[in-house]
Amino acid sequence: MHQKLEKLFNDLKKAGLTPEQEEKFARELDGDLTHAIPVIRGNLAVVTTDAGEFRLLDLYDYHDLMVLQALAQPKSGYISHIRSIDELLEKDRQREKDGFPRKIRVGKMIKPGKAGKGKVVVVPTTVEEKFIHDPRFTEQEEGEGQGGSGDGEEGEVIGEQPVRDPDQAGAGGPGEGEGGQHEMESSAYDLGRILTEQFELPNLQDKGKKRSLTRYTYDMTDRNRGFGQVLDKKATLREIVETNIHLGNIPDMDAIDPSRFIISPKDKIYRILSKEKDFESQAVVFFVRDYSGSMAGKATELVVTQHVLIYSWLLYQYAHQVESRFILHDTEAKEVEDFYTYYNSKVAGGTQVFSAYEMVNRIVKEENLAADYNIYVFHGTDGDDWDTEGKKAIPALKEMFGYASRIGITIAEHTSSSKNNTEVERYLKKSGVLEKFPKLIRLDVLNESADEPRLIEGIKKLIS
Amino acid sequence: MELIDQHTKTIMEGCKERARDAGLRFEDESLEYIVTNRDLIELSPKVMIPTLYDYWVHDVEVLKEKGKYELYPGNPYETVINTRPAISFYNDNNPDWLNVMIFYHVLAHIDFFQNNLFFRHTWDYDFNGEALSDKRAIAKLRAERGRWVDYVIEFTRGIDNLVGYHSLLSGIFHTPDASISAKVDYYFDIYLQDVAKANISKYIKELERYNVSVKEDPALGEQNFFARIDRRHPEFGSLFKKHQEEKPQKPKDLLQFIMENSKMLRREENQWMLMVMQVIRKTGLFFQPQIRTKIMNEGWASYWHETLYLSDDRIKGHEVDFARVNAGVTAMPRVGLNPYALGMRLFYFLEEMAEKGKISWAFQRTRDAKARKDFDIQSGQGKDFIFKVRENFSDFTFIHNFVDQDFINKNNLFVAGKRLNKQKMVWEYYVKSRRVEDYREMLMASLYHPPHIEVDLKKTKENALYLIHHFEGKPLLADYIPNTMLGIEYLWGGPVQLETTEVMASPSTQRMPAIPGLAAKSDAPKPRKLKWRRVLYTMKERKLSKNIL
Repeated sequence: MHQKLEKLFNDLKKAGLTPEQEEKFARELDGDLTHAIPVIRGNLAVVTTDAGEFRLLDLYDYHDLMVLQALAQPKSGYISHIRSIDELLEKDRQREKDGFPRKIRVGKMIKPGKAGKGKVVVVPTTVEEKFIHDPRFTEQEEGEGQGGSGDGEEGEVIGEQPVRDPDQAGAGGPGEGEGGQHEMESSAYDLGRILTEQFELPNLQDKGKKRSLTRYTYDMTDRNRGFGQVLDKKATLREIVETNIHLGNIPDMDAIDPSRFIISPKDKIYRILSKEKDFESQAVVFFVRDYSGSMAGKATELVVTQHVLIYSWLLYQYAHQVESRFILHDTEAKEVEDFYTYYNSKVAGGTQVFSAYEMVNRIVKEENLAADYNIYVFHGTDGDDWDTEGKKAIPALKEMFGYASRIGITIAEHTSSSKNNTEVERYLKKSGVLEKFPKLIRLDVLNESADEPRLIEGIKKLIS
Repeated sequence: MELIDQHTKTIMEGCKERARDAGLRFEDESLEYIVTNRDLIELSPKVMIPTLYDYWVHDVEVLKEKGKYELYPGNPYETVINTRPAISFYNDNNPDWLNVMIFYHVLAHIDFFQNNLFFRHTWDYDFNGEALSDKRAIAKLRAERGRWVDYVIEFTRGIDNLVGYHSLLSGIFHTPDASISAKVDYYFDIYLQDVAKANISKYIKELERYNVSVKEDPALGEQNFFARIDRRHPEFGSLFKKHQEEKPQKPKDLLQFIMENSKMLRREENQWMLMVMQVIRKTGLFFQPQIRTKIMNEGWASYWHETLYLSDDRIKGHEVDFARVNAGVTAMPRVGLNPYALGMRLFYFLEEMAEKGKISWAFQRTRDAKARKDFDIQSGQGKDFIFKVRENFSDFTFIHNFVDQDFINKNNLFVAGKRLNKQKMVWEYYVKSRRVEDYREMLMASLYHPPHIEVDLKKTKENALYLIHHFEGKPLLADYIPNTMLGIEYLWGGPVQLETTEVMASPSTQRMPAIPGLAAKSDAPKPRKLKWRRVLYTMKERKLSKNIL
């Protein structure tokens, strides 16, 4: 793999690179550039050691009720909070009118799990901003040490913890129940609802009608009084009871005597064969993410968070009738099977955007998706591309125009790079596709310091 | 929420008697409540104070994130709260024997609250009662002013971790030395050094002259001393007078400073904000000692519940039950830091040390390992010593003074490192170090420590408030700076500046372009070389800008 990259690098060099480009690409090749997987704050690690599995707690997370009395922190369901979340969001809008930034955050709400694609853990949250020391800051790459006790030579490994534990939300520590953290579980559907309604995201449905695939099937469902093919016994009985109550024929509700029922012909409910709508998946969404080495730092977090938001919102818009495909790329593209893997994968290498675009084209062609589905492609990158002129990317993109309803490209710029001058942005602009096909392709360029409201703005831009 | 029944209360009173006999000291009154899960939902965001003011952020349950202690002035929560009388909370289905154990634990907490000097400022009033009247006042204001009350609460809470807790304490414990007059202080501390700019030999000569004249004539010596100065430096008298007229500038914390100097708050229609801010500041100060004595407080309580329980005659037959629960509380985790276990072990360790007279110069001077091990003068001072520690120490001094290599070795402690195993995609925890220096450093790093931010009086001119962050090797959390400063600007009623230190954004500094084929790859992470720079944030009309200094 590495040799291949080096070969590619040398070929590019022969073809001519500017010194800056050369340095940038070399840096990606250098290998120890890694991009961080976004950290979900509020998560406590579950560590497996030779002494068993336990939850790692912060010094200040211990308290008497938990430790002495095994009393778990109460957990309340998401549904019971929906109302208050609405109220809070209302409050938040008022804040904006009063000239203060919003405080309810949506972006930190997400925790994808491997179980069930549509299931996303949602944590609507707010923080109280204060001047505090940056808790994520450590001078060493490793992070700060923890306490420990027991045997073991220095250097000996005593336990491990999966980088991302899919079951973490459900796994309680010993004697602790669900203490420690508060998360609200919900389907991504709820998040989508909040996004759509409260953040006034546009509605895609109108455009979706273009190829909305509504099939009809015939089923015994339509109900009729008096005549029909099959008697619906339960519905009929309900009618009979109602009639008899009206007639005063049921003096004692606790001792109903059905043999005394008076039955009107109108009480009989029949089912007849009727035409029923049968919704099928209307849309396929390709999520494409750059996971090259240069995606270090916040770029990955931003792109991933935005994709989670889009993912949730689509689930809501299409009421679970959306199919998602996940593609990761560095210099090569690969498809992964679920959002979890998509979200968590971490690799460091060079960047070739066209590889992903070509893969999307190939999948669409091979599976003949264009005939039956609205196709959306969302691509997140930091804008670096070894294919500096977009020689291969632009043709691949143009091929996409043939079938895609919308291509949304997000560039999360590094603060170190000069503004609005990443390779991807440059060749996109140069090719003129953005002006020529404004309905088909949108570009959103984010700064590394973008926050959730900015991300939501970006989504509006990408899909409106 | 309801009080415990009479039967359980009798158990509590029995525990009090035995605890007092063992030397614990606390007020007679205490209240014990049964809490349900529902109560907990309402109490926990309010740091278990049932009468704390209402605030919408409290309603956002999800606030309880890890790291929350930094955002909150207090602990996640305590089961005993430091009020008069002390209130504690219990599960409704504890068996009696378990209650005995918990009651001892709680009584030791109360003893700690009421005797540890870091809690001194909380001793003379009933926080719970005051909080109730504050809560009503805030509710009334909210009815009149609407959401603006919540903005003031929010913005004040934004800086309530910067309350001048230590200056409050130093005010309480400060006793001016009455034997030396203010005039003498002024002459030696300010006049000679800042005004006359005397050199050292002159300074020492003057000191000598003062000592001599006071010795010769204790009554009039000072007068004689100054007579000569008044002759030679006629301006001295008026300078001293002027100095006395200037109010002594005691360092003010940011909140205090804003409350006294903000033009916006001085306007009559904004006077109500001062009341809200006062409440927040008081609450912030009240919770400071709790978070600064977590390890000691829990360790002390665990030490005592274990000690007292085992000698309690009422619990016969439940020793095994107790052992199981207690082990869960006080076992040292393989990885992690349990303040109950750590604090308790440290108290036992200190008791044993003091008992053998090892907390002494004689022991420290002993270098021979065997002699150190066998050192025992049977001083019998163990209990006395830990009571003194409980009175005078906080977590910082406790760890700094008493965690030593003997303690580490005895309890088999180590610093656990964490590294990424890329093959398995797991974090590996490993034994990183067993040296006391590393262990102590790790402990210190996990203690609560708000940044040191002060108002710069010289640079606070005109309208602009100028804040200085004294750099301690860690940057501020950049994400939180804009909103915090926005809040300060609102309260201050003018532009706000913050001078702080941040890492220069230059990810490529140590990355050399690789030479194909020669690039040396090592698995060990390269230590990052950090470059720091001083920057100045300015918040003006709700817009944040940044300059590099």
